[in-house]
Amino acid sequence: MRVIVATLAAALLLASGGAAQAQPQPASDDMVLLPAGNYIPAFARQSARAGTAPSSPDRPVRVDAFRLDRYPVTNGQFLEFVRQHPDWRKSRVKALFADQHYLERWQSDLDGGGERSARQPVTSVSWFAAHAYCVSQGKDLPTTDQWEYALSDRGRNQEEVKTAALAWYGRPNPQTLPDVETASANGFGVHGLVGLVWEWTLDFQNALPGSDLRNGGDKGGGQFCGGASFGAKDASDYAAFMRYSLRSSLKAAYTTENLGFRCASRTP
Amino acid sequence: MKANICTILPVVGVLLLATNAMAATRDENAKDVIKGEEVAVLADAPDVPPAIKRDHATKVIVHLEVRELEGRLADGVRYTFWTFGGKVPGKFMRIREGDLVEFHLDNHPDNKMPHNIDLHAVNGPGGGAASSLTAPGHSSVFSFKALNPGLYVYHCATAPVAMHVANGMYGLILVEPKKGLPKVDHEYYVMQGDFYTKGANGEQGLQPFSMSKAIDEKPEYVVFNGSVGSLSGDHALTAKVGETVRIFVGNGGPNLTSSFHVIGQIFDTVYQEGNMSSPVHDVQTTMIPAGGAAIVEFKMSVPGTFLLVDHSLTRAFNRGALAQLKVSGPENKLVYSGKISDEVYHPEGTGIRVTDQHAEPAPAAQNKAERIKLGETVFKTNCMACHQQNGQGVPHAFPPLAKSDFLNADKLRAIKVITGGLEGKVVVNGQEYDGVMPAWDLPDEDIANVMSYIYGNWGNSGKDVTVDEVKAHRVKAE
Repeated sequence: MRVIVATLAAALLLASGGAAQAQPQPASDDMVLLPAGNYIPAFARQSARAGTAPSSPDRPVRVDAFRLDRYPVTNGQFLEFVRQHPDWRKSRVKALFADQHYLERWQSDLDGGGERSARQPVTSVSWFAAHAYCVSQGKDLPTTDQWEYALSDRGRNQEEVKTAALAWYGRPNPQTLPDVETASANGFGVHGLVGLVWEWTLDFQNALPGSDLRNGGDKGGGQFCGGASFGAKDASDYAAFMRYSLRSSLKAAYTTENLGFRCASRTP
Repeated sequence: MKANICTILPVVGVLLLATNAMAATRDENAKDVIKGEEVAVLADAPDVPPAIKRDHATKVIVHLEVRELEGRLADGVRYTFWTFGGKVPGKFMRIREGDLVEFHLDNHPDNKMPHNIDLHAVNGPGGGAASSLTAPGHSSVFSFKALNPGLYVYHCATAPVAMHVANGMYGLILVEPKKGLPKVDHEYYVMQGDFYTKGANGEQGLQPFSMSKAIDEKPEYVVFNGSVGSLSGDHALTAKVGETVRIFVGNGGPNLTSSFHVIGQIFDTVYQEGNMSSPVHDVQTTMIPAGGAAIVEFKMSVPGTFLLVDHSLTRAFNRGALAQLKVSGPENKLVYSGKISDEVYHPEGTGIRVTDQHAEPAPAAQNKAERIKLGETVFKTNCMACHQQNGQGVPHAFPPLAKSDFLNADKLRAIKVITGGLEGKVVVNGQEYDGVMPAWDLPDEDIANVMSYIYGNWGNSGKDVTVDEVKAHRVKAE
């Protein structure tokens, strides 16, 4: 029930976000254009959109051209957002839309840690908050396909990506996160997909068949037991398992200390 | 009438025996009425929570917190462990057959990973894993009824499972049979695990997980209770002569099967694979599969230090699967007459090691660099098994040669130790060792080469050792 309510609320937000203000044009220099292309998802999965055939482990998925934020959204950017949208301030956010750890690193409603953390990725934001932010910018959250396509980088340096991801998993969370600019760019020019923070995707719960947002309770978690290697493109790609299992463990109101986001735009 | 009595009595006897031996069935345990509730007492290895005194089923509330923490894997080697309760192995849980467990899995907000738990004591999808995938900073709750008595492994089952387990996410849960376990003087908790580090065994510093070594099942470390030397020296298990010891032994894996053995002890009783219905007796080595457990019991008859090992022995001597049980008390010469009991556990003894006399003479090294080069082979053939590949030694068993103050302080003494052997207490880098090194009857040149190799590596003083020096100072074989 809770999840259904949340989904409805998300739909409302979508509607209001679109209607309440004229779509601002995203500043294009902050975004990277990714050309249309194919990639092979780490898992066979069902698409969020009706009418799309589920992919098989080795069947590539077509991704249309889109633009993606060069960096994850920062504390400084999110502060500007909550200034203009008081409903998303720490003290005012609805419990339905964010759990009690929302913006936990922030001192108060309008204190995101000042200059020191202004360029660090914002974390402890719920899916709802991340989504609202992107909509306010005339953008959206990237779909899991878009995000994974960006990471797949047309096959460039994939071993290095895996190694970097595993190394990041093996380090406990740092006291303070690095500035987003310190993260290196991949071949598409997207910075910090790995090694900064986890990132929300639009359809984060849709990694596996039967585990979308409507399937509450046990979520997709059960399928992330040992059996997760069934249907996997590459059972030795531990980094991919990590991303998908993290997404499966989330609900839209959840926030965690190392989970941030970036936005995407479907109009190239 | 007379015939009746004769037939009835034995029948009653047989029935009583049968009831004693047979545990309650799954269905009976499922129906057990739950009376009251309590919070589970959890224990860190090697401790075990106290035996259950209740004679009825109850609701047991378990809070288990997942922490991702950097810790010690071996001397100078750090590793980021993922833990159930802050240590490897995870907290020991003890419940009673028929209990209803309300399980809270708490994923600490500082953690980076989602986690869940699969308890082998659970009958249900994923052993609980299907209901417990938990994001950092969140908590999942599920409940289960303990239908089968036994000693069970629990572990994280989040993809990629092997990595979560390889990082230390396992522990034991004991479902005590209704009639309880026989009383013993000591209960201990020991769990084996294999670790896959990017650096080779002994390589210093914070070591990342190696996915490729894990997939190849080639661990750099195989240890008891989460680190090399976790149960030796001051941390050794202890008992007294005449006392009974029970060890709950688990194997987290993720990959290796343990050939669990205690050097110098025969297990009086083993509950193989942790099953309570048919213990066996008089066992030397018991196999513990990855994701399995066993209970071993034995009574201490003589004093001494007894080594717990994985009897797949290179794991014990080269990878860390070594623990100590120190037993104090009076000797019993009838049971064991050994005059120097320590010698039995050091198979080399104090005798002079005579190597192959007919070996080809080694080519003569002309300078220090050549001596170092040739010394490597001598080291690997003769010294490495105990002092380890990088000279790091084995805590409490074999002293290090790397950065060794003992070695660097006195070159001539070192020549005498190698050629004459060494027995008894010696302090190296602040640690006390009490073992036996045999005398090595090697040619002078081999001794010079291997010493040059040792001095020229691992942060040692770089001293050169010449054949003439060895000739002049060696202990002559009798």
